[in-house]
Amino acid sequence: MTGVLHRYGPVLTGFIVLVVALWVVMLVVLPQILMIDFSLRPMLPPSRVGGPEDVYTLANYMTLWTNTIHLGIFVKTIWASALVTAVTLAVCYPMAFYLAQVAPKRRLPTFMMLLVIPFWINEILRTFAWYIILAYSGPLNNLLVGIGILDAPVRFQGDGSVILGMVYAYILFMVFPVYNAIESLDRHQIEAARDLGAGWLRIHWRIVLPHARPGIAVGCIMTFMLAAGSYAVPLLLGGPQSRWFTEVIYNWFFEGGNWNQGAAYAFILLVLCIGFILLMMRLFRVGLTDIAK
Amino acid sequence: MTAERFRRLLVTVYLVLFFGYLFIPLGIMAAATFNTSRFPTVTPWLGFTLDWFRVLYEDHRMWQALGTSLVVAAGVIAVAVPTGLAAALLLDRLHSRARTFLYALMVSPLLTPGVIIGISTLIFWRTWFDLSGGIVLTVIAQSSFIAAYAMLLFLARLQRFDPTLEEAALDLGATHLQVFRRITLPFLMPAVLSAAFIAFLQSFENYNTTLFVRGLDTTLTVYIASKVRTGLTPAVNALSLILIALTIAGAVTYEVLRRRDARRALAEQARAEREEASGDGAPVPAAARVPARA
Repeated sequence: MTGVLHRYGPVLTGFIVLVVALWVVMLVVLPQILMIDFSLRPMLPPSRVGGPEDVYTLANYMTLWTNTIHLGIFVKTIWASALVTAVTLAVCYPMAFYLAQVAPKRRLPTFMMLLVIPFWINEILRTFAWYIILAYSGPLNNLLVGIGILDAPVRFQGDGSVILGMVYAYILFMVFPVYNAIESLDRHQIEAARDLGAGWLRIHWRIVLPHARPGIAVGCIMTFMLAAGSYAVPLLLGGPQSRWFTEVIYNWFFEGGNWNQGAAYAFILLVLCIGFILLMMRLFRVGLTDIAK
Repeated sequence: MTAERFRRLLVTVYLVLFFGYLFIPLGIMAAATFNTSRFPTVTPWLGFTLDWFRVLYEDHRMWQALGTSLVVAAGVIAVAVPTGLAAALLLDRLHSRARTFLYALMVSPLLTPGVIIGISTLIFWRTWFDLSGGIVLTVIAQSSFIAAYAMLLFLARLQRFDPTLEEAALDLGATHLQVFRRITLPFLMPAVLSAAFIAFLQSFENYNTTLFVRGLDTTLTVYIASKVRTGLTPAVNALSLILIALTIAGAVTYEVLRRRDARRALAEQARAEREEASGDGAPVPAAARVPARA
């Protein structure tokens, strides 16, 4: 703290500390705490808030256990998000490796540009593109019927479409962290392994993958978090049978009008994401400082 | 040698598939703008038209939503960029545990699902300040995580900063405010611009957080999503096409500027090394030795 004061002087330091405190306390920490507080109280009409009935209870959390439909959607959201994460990693790993170790250096900027452009385009639009492709009379149905794979058009709307759309929407959150990690790998290590007779599978398993661990962890965390917290993709690509947990939360707020219940579900979603972060850290044996880069 | 050729072929196929997967959907979406079909599609192709741009132009609610998005984005830039700057300046001078803790706290909104940021902001501001959803709350909610992006950009730039410049100015009698205004801020100016740019894009595109805090105001992304659900016509594609074109133009400009910046840093480094080698004694600033990082 004295270092800060010495460098910026009292006026500037005061200003800096004030702004940072406002941000961290008012915009980050307190809202989360209040959301948890809200989730632990029953929903009451305004006149009775703070009254004898306004006590802490776990009732809002028990709702998820007793409501089998919501529990089913919650479990579905977990496995589907995990599946999205795994598929995205499988699709992106070769690209990340290619860019980091194989691609000719002079072509790299072009590849980067091609990757960055869809990344800048809004998630709604990326999802809307798939909405058109997967429509009942859309190009995919026409193609599949045209070449004889399908006899008649199919309604794609459902879990499969949602997963496909999410892989598409979040692909770049996986490519870049994994690329950054593999890029720092010394190419000589791969060559040495090859000279010593290792096959490509062994090279990846023993050299590239271990080196890429932090990047893979970050990519998986980002992808899972985005998938589990997505609202737009299931809204546009899901059918009535494939609701997502975020949609249930939204309905508690704006259709059920029960904010306390919605807050409890939101906190459960947050715990799920934190749990996934911890799992990834344990699985890939990386620390918090590796992730928060 | 056939194995080598086979591998090359495999790589090419993978690259084509990957980039095809990335761009074909966007191409189809764009192409559907020019089809006369009332439902946006490319099959069947009923004929070429530019009429959907006219339909879009006459859509008053779209213009209103665009206006709301721009106001929100301006507000987010005004809040998040200075906040991110202050946070980076503070972190840059902190060490040890306090820094790690504060850093983790500051980047935590980036690892939190957007819906949760929206929900917690909505609950907090309504309960404590009786502020309900709307433009102001949207600015607050979006800034809470966009400030973290800004902070990371400033922190990266500060790594290349040579603090002896500040020391020298202070020794020569400049006040702290003068040093900040004449030395620190000009050095950080490129980062201010990129932070503002990122903040604008993040805000303009945001959906998950905005959904909960918007109240009765509709931003452009919220409008697009509602249009897709009800009343979808290729006018939405026309809007998407325009947004994509603007995004690509923005991304290209950003990339070109970033590369120019990196090249300049590299040239400076090379010059410094030459001077060092020729031995005319000019000390190399520490900042110039660190390679440029995006």
